[in-house]
Amino acid sequence: MNLIVFTILAMLAATAVTVARIRDLWAAIMFTGIYSFLSASWMLILDAPDVAFTEAAVGAGISTVLMLSTLVLVGPSDAGRRKPALVPLTVVTITGCALVYGTLDMPHFGDPNDPIHLHPRPSFVEKSQVDMHGLPNVITSVLASYRGYDTLGETTVVLTAGIAVLLILRKEKDEPEREAVSQ
Amino acid sequence: MIAFPIIRVVTKLLIPYILLFGFYVQFHGDFGPGGGFQAGVILAAALILYGLVFGLQAVQRVVPAWAVEKMMALGVLIYAGTGITTILLGGKFLDYEVLDHHLLPGILPHGQHLGIFVVELGVGITVTAVMTMIFYTFAGRKHVL
Repeated sequence: MNLIVFTILAMLAATAVTVARIRDLWAAIMFTGIYSFLSASWMLILDAPDVAFTEAAVGAGISTVLMLSTLVLVGPSDAGRRKPALVPLTVVTITGCALVYGTLDMPHFGDPNDPIHLHPRPSFVEKSQVDMHGLPNVITSVLASYRGYDTLGETTVVLTAGIAVLLILRKEKDEPEREAVSQ
Repeated sequence: MIAFPIIRVVTKLLIPYILLFGFYVQFHGDFGPGGGFQAGVILAAALILYGLVFGLQAVQRVVPAWAVEKMMALGVLIYAGTGITTILLGGKFLDYEVLDHHLLPGILPHGQHLGIFVVELGVGITVTAVMTMIFYTFAGRKHVL
């Protein structure tokens, strides 16, 4: 178990460094796909199949396709190797150290005394079976029933994002048609 | 893509199973992992795969762009409409208890379960439509795919 976790985490780190270093954009996109797939596998080990589904479909699938179609529009190669930037490197290193220092205060993984296991009292889990007439999936009952408003908001956000993409990207497609009509 | 028969054949073989898995995640979400968000993305992935291999024109013959635009809003309408329905039936907004009924017991789910089912369906429709629409607009920008 631990062997698999550490292997996946090491591969994640290696992939992330590769994505940052590689200059060929096509290869970088493939590596981000690999990164998403590895994190999906890791989510599965953490018993979060919902998140794993989403990560595999969105991260490894659809966003790879979208980045590739962007690549077709902008061209396959980076502008060139930039100068080594010392100031950003220092800032990133210090921030990284601060974040690692911050994790020392966090509760251990799977600790039953975690605030997250105590604070929204376990009542959701205990009452769900009764409230939902025996619906076994607590995640679904929390998502769609106990927090139905929240999910309605999320769905509206998805719709709004879709409309925004539509408004920004479709403009160019409409213009030649208008020109054709005016001619 | 006419020059790649293996990709075309494998895609045709894969798409039914992707769709089946998407519908399973959608309609089994109350019992197992999954739900509208995940199912929507998986269904959209099937459409996008078809569009990638057979071209934008082919996939837009299956699901035309105007239908996808309508479906984006339809999902949210289904979700919010469920809330309005529960108000009209005398409950609070999204209070699924009032949806309880004695029609066809054993076939139609009861109260809470029915509400969750309908609401997840709304989420699934919106997510499928938005993902597909984003692909359509990206791919249609220079007719490259």
